[in-house]
Amino acid sequence: MGTNPVTWLGTPAFPVAARAALGDTQLRRNLRKATHTIRDKRAKAVEELPDWQQLRLAGEAVKDEVLSNLDTYLERFEAAVTARGGVVHWARDAAEANEIVLRLTRAAGAEEVVKVKSMATAEIGLNEALEAGGVRAVETDLAELIVQLGHDRPSHILVPAIHRNRSEIREIFQREMAEAPASDEPRALAEAARRHLRAKFLSARVAVSGANFGVADTGSVVVVESEGNGRMCLTLPEVLITVMGIEKLVPSWRDLEVFLQLLPRSSTAERMNPYTSVWTGVTPGDGPQQFHLILLDNGRTDALADRAGRQALRCIRCSACLNVCPVYERTGGQAYGSVYPGPIGAILTPQLVNDMHDKQAASLPYASSLCGACFEVCPVRINIPEVLVHLRAKAVQAKGKRTPEAMAMAALGWVLADPKRYEAAQKAGSLARYLARGGRISALPWPGSKWTAARDVPAPPAESFRSWWRRTRG
Amino acid sequence: MADARSTVLGRIRSALADRPAPVTIPRDYHASRPLGDLLALAAERIADYRAEVHAVTADALTSTIAARLAARGARRVIGPVDLPPAWQVPGVDWLLDSPTLSIGELDGSDGVLTGSAVTIAETGTIVLDAGFAQGRRALTLLPDYHLCVVLASQVVGTVPEALARLDPLRPLTFISGPSATSDIELDRVEGVHGPRTLEVVLVTDA
Repeated sequence: MGTNPVTWLGTPAFPVAARAALGDTQLRRNLRKATHTIRDKRAKAVEELPDWQQLRLAGEAVKDEVLSNLDTYLERFEAAVTARGGVVHWARDAAEANEIVLRLTRAAGAEEVVKVKSMATAEIGLNEALEAGGVRAVETDLAELIVQLGHDRPSHILVPAIHRNRSEIREIFQREMAEAPASDEPRALAEAARRHLRAKFLSARVAVSGANFGVADTGSVVVVESEGNGRMCLTLPEVLITVMGIEKLVPSWRDLEVFLQLLPRSSTAERMNPYTSVWTGVTPGDGPQQFHLILLDNGRTDALADRAGRQALRCIRCSACLNVCPVYERTGGQAYGSVYPGPIGAILTPQLVNDMHDKQAASLPYASSLCGACFEVCPVRINIPEVLVHLRAKAVQAKGKRTPEAMAMAALGWVLADPKRYEAAQKAGSLARYLARGGRISALPWPGSKWTAARDVPAPPAESFRSWWRRTRG
Repeated sequence: MADARSTVLGRIRSALADRPAPVTIPRDYHASRPLGDLLALAAERIADYRAEVHAVTADALTSTIAARLAARGARRVIGPVDLPPAWQVPGVDWLLDSPTLSIGELDGSDGVLTGSAVTIAETGTIVLDAGFAQGRRALTLLPDYHLCVVLASQVVGTVPEALARLDPLRPLTFISGPSATSDIELDRVEGVHGPRTLEVVLVTDA
């Protein structure tokens, strides 16, 4: 299998990328402002619902039910979509999904597609694949448009341009749009985007979307959005192609009553997002008359096979965990080297890549202080710290037995197995206090230098507890 | 080589070889809850999104429609085929969707008048289901101004109550205020691609 485009080729491992990001003071200011704004608003939106914890428990259970019987629900969903005039395709990986979209677009005779913001299509690198096949993909979500016009990479799940402030956005628009925005007021920038995209919406023949939810019983697909660009794409073109991860299902229509409460309050901190569209197959005389649905695996079944890690597939992409994460707030999203940054990215990306020998992916589970804020806000109760620790163990196993860390651990095991050896080691270790200044050691010789490069070590005491006990009580 | 469908389903079955224990979904969240005066709450929550709400009695509906369209200066107004004749107030050039209006006609209009299917008071959300007096989805999308009639009998308290009334096999659009974005510094501003002005006439005795 080739490389999974969920991680960006050539991105360094997280510690290296984070160091560069931390040096960017503008980036840190932008992120601090945005994440703090949304954090407070989310807390208020959640407080309004007296049954929030019950909703979280229900959301967790609904998703677990789907994952436990995913084959059954997918077949049921496929049958329902087909019965209502949709065409269902299956894609094992990114390349296969991209190929299907390109083939369908060509068959429709289109050279351009309008796109609704979609994590699935970002994950598979669809825009680049279409471009290579001679088809232009036009992002219509404001933040995606900012990223696309800025020849940039996304840094947040919900707001991919969160690392840009208003004046940077204005500069990008001035450079790339025929008509420049009147000012850097968000209202003026939104107006500029409206004018820029209007003609594209009205003339588009093919649209590509993702899906927030699919209802197995009815074959209905749900897209949750704010700007109305989603409605434009889902309503006006003749052909609609939806790329949906296989884990996006809920069993029945009723189950959406849980998620339509959990998602908007967790993601944009609103009681409800401005627009939610629900459609089932093709409706004669209303909306696209050709509907294609691509069910995407691309590593999801590998994650499903991991008992401890599979809970990451409950994710509904709200991004609440990014907004509360102290690491994300400081490094931003691009340091994670994937369209899925932040705490959820740190557990989802390595599982989709499914190769702990990939140094970049294997570094992601360490991009956390394990503070647990992410678990607390997660609307579907993904225990992110638990999965992080689990994946760290996998990363260590993959490194094999000859790394300095593994050899040190083996040596430690030998020392700890025998009290005499342990005591001798303590005596030898206490000599290290001569390296200390002010009770702390900030530089050890190799291999200890690997530790002290990032953290200080407290100086060991002159006498161990064991020898003190023997001296005073013996 | 097996086809993609059987490969993916096969991978799922082997991934689930441990067949996780069946899940019981706890449904002790509130399907409904006491929310006081639902109409007042709906009006307040819709207005929170910066949509204008006019609560009137049924006998004042037509005059309110006329007054709102006049205040807006709307002359060419779109309506679904089954727009009640009483709502088609004089002084306005009504463009009903029969024969099917072109994208250009929708885009070039001054606004659209429709009814609605269900309104969720707690979230201030109006749902359209292409049923009576609503028409197809594009009608309420391209005009920059949407005047929407909500009847008291269509107002429910919570999201679960609304979903129970709706049929997912119909094309549904949930509308909470005018189009908006939080994409610039995570701050909400109204007015992007969908209608930038949403006005609601809430009929309190119908």
